[in-house]
Amino acid sequence: MTIDEADARHHLCGALREHAEYVADRWVHLQKERAALDAGLTEAQLREEADVLVEQLSSGLHGDLAADRLVTAHAGLRQAVIELSLRRARGGAAPSATALAVLALKEALLEAVQLGTSDAASLYSAALLINRVLDAAGALSFATYVEGREEIIRRQSRQLLEVSTPVVQLWDRVLAVPLVGTLDTSRTQVVMENLLGAIESSEAQVTIIDITGVPTVDTAVAHHLMQTVNAVRLMGADCFISGIRPPIAQTIAQLGIDLSAIVTRATLSDALGAAIALIASPVSRTIPVAAR
Amino acid sequence: MRPGDDPSPGLVAVEDHHPQTAAVEDHHPQAAATRLGPTHSGQAAETAGGSASRHPIRSEEHLLTARHAVRAATLDVGFTLVDQTRVVTAASELVRNAYIHGGGGTLTIEVVRRADVRGLRLTVTDHGPGISDLDAAFTDGYTTGPGLGHGLGGARRLMDDFRIHTAEGHGTTVVATRWTTPP
Amino acid sequence: MSDPANSGVPILRLGDVLVTGLLDELDDKAAMAFTEELTQRIVADRATGVLIDISRLELVDSFVARILMELATTTRLLGARVIVAGMRPAVAITLVELGLGLPGVATAVNAEQGMAVLGWQRHPGSQAAGREAAHAPWR
Repeated sequence: MTIDEADARHHLCGALREHAEYVADRWVHLQKERAALDAGLTEAQLREEADVLVEQLSSGLHGDLAADRLVTAHAGLRQAVIELSLRRARGGAAPSATALAVLALKEALLEAVQLGTSDAASLYSAALLINRVLDAAGALSFATYVEGREEIIRRQSRQLLEVSTPVVQLWDRVLAVPLVGTLDTSRTQVVMENLLGAIESSEAQVTIIDITGVPTVDTAVAHHLMQTVNAVRLMGADCFISGIRPPIAQTIAQLGIDLSAIVTRATLSDALGAAIALIASPVSRTIPVAAR
Repeated sequence: MRPGDDPSPGLVAVEDHHPQTAAVEDHHPQAAATRLGPTHSGQAAETAGGSASRHPIRSEEHLLTARHAVRAATLDVGFTLVDQTRVVTAASELVRNAYIHGGGGTLTIEVVRRADVRGLRLTVTDHGPGISDLDAAFTDGYTTGPGLGHGLGGARRLMDDFRIHTAEGHGTTVVATRWTTPP
Repeated sequence: MSDPANSGVPILRLGDVLVTGLLDELDDKAAMAFTEELTQRIVADRATGVLIDISRLELVDSFVARILMELATTTRLLGARVIVAGMRPAVAITLVELGLGLPGVATAVNAEQGMAVLGWQRHPGSQAAGREAAHAPWR
């Protein structure tokens, strides 16, 4: 650490110690002033956040960590910055909100230092130091924001998947899953979990997967279908596939996909009829021995 | 690797699936170096959660306690029930391998995180004879009856990241990770 | 075969069906003892059916799968039918992803349905009605 930096650090520590309230107030005020920072946070929340951040900043600066590593290496400070970002991400704030919040903090800090000295050189060093510390905060908050938004998107996608793959009870011991859209890995996961859970709770004997709404069946889709069928069979229920349209049937034949071990029907009602008949004469579900 | 990403079993190349590292493990017996060093470098912002536990694998009882420990760890990390089952099953396969084929070894369970996402890392090490034919070990022996072959392919399908370091006469180390949300 | 093996897992007899279950803490020794006891009982009780309830199993790995398949084969060789009932959803999903499956093993959703397949009915009278419905024409 150079003499200038040590000096600046000293000033900054002093400013935070003596003017902690001021810094927090000022920061909240600056954020409110710039409406772009509105993230559905109340003033009370902003204030609470500010207090925590100021405290952690103070704690960090008093220690030995180098300024540019402070935000990433100091656990408390890092956590405070991450939470600041996640709070805004979850509140649906614009991406710039976190960055602008950090910039406003810089301003508030510099103003606090000015309360303690008006020496140009000192102020300049202090400004440099504040930049060094908070630039890392800006970077971290941005990364966290992005991850936070992506997590929300993932969760919403999953929820959408669940809503769009309902399991319906068509008959006593007969469940049906009408699939709409393509059967990719994530949808297969949702279908399997929902369907198998429903089998367990309704003690179903036959399940019908209707693929009328599935636009194309290629080897990947067929693989996912087979996985679902196998899982259902392991549980002890039967799995029929209905809604195979003529072009789909042709594609399946052309691709050489072997669905001969599965009961298939053109329509859901045909499959339901087969299911009811099957239930009337109980046979066990035996997994065919795999051909070598 | 999530099932469905590659429908054909018996893949030969053992890859790390983080785009940043693209480390392809060379498993020719001649290259006997145990490449444990590069395992964690190059992966952006991945940190250990600090709670690593080691468990010996030297007896049948250890197989049970290892499973319990892994199950408890999956609950801590917050995996869904299905994911818990996946991880514990993979652990059971790997630990049994080390016990039966590797003459015993150690299981290490670590909570790891990458940005906001938590995961569980299992490291299974044995000092047995090593695997001389990795291709065969990954080819599913299941059609000829489970318990035959090393069954590594199955464990690999259940985990997101899977790395194996082995050489004849040098033992085997498997590092497998599963994240709470897909990477 | 003087002393009957005792694996600690109860095996009940209901008519000519043996009912038993698998619990999670199964190691090599216990598995062998269980298999021995079950095969002895099949012969001793002249069982025609065996129901193995696995609804308590939170885990089926390659070891357990092998045991189940061997039990199925052994039982068949002794002339009895075996049904494995009550696999949990998470276990079924994991098994298919593991690439295992249980080829040659008959399964049922729960013990009650398994028993029905082995010839037991909850309402004995409905068996005739069921058979008639099965003859209804369907494509």
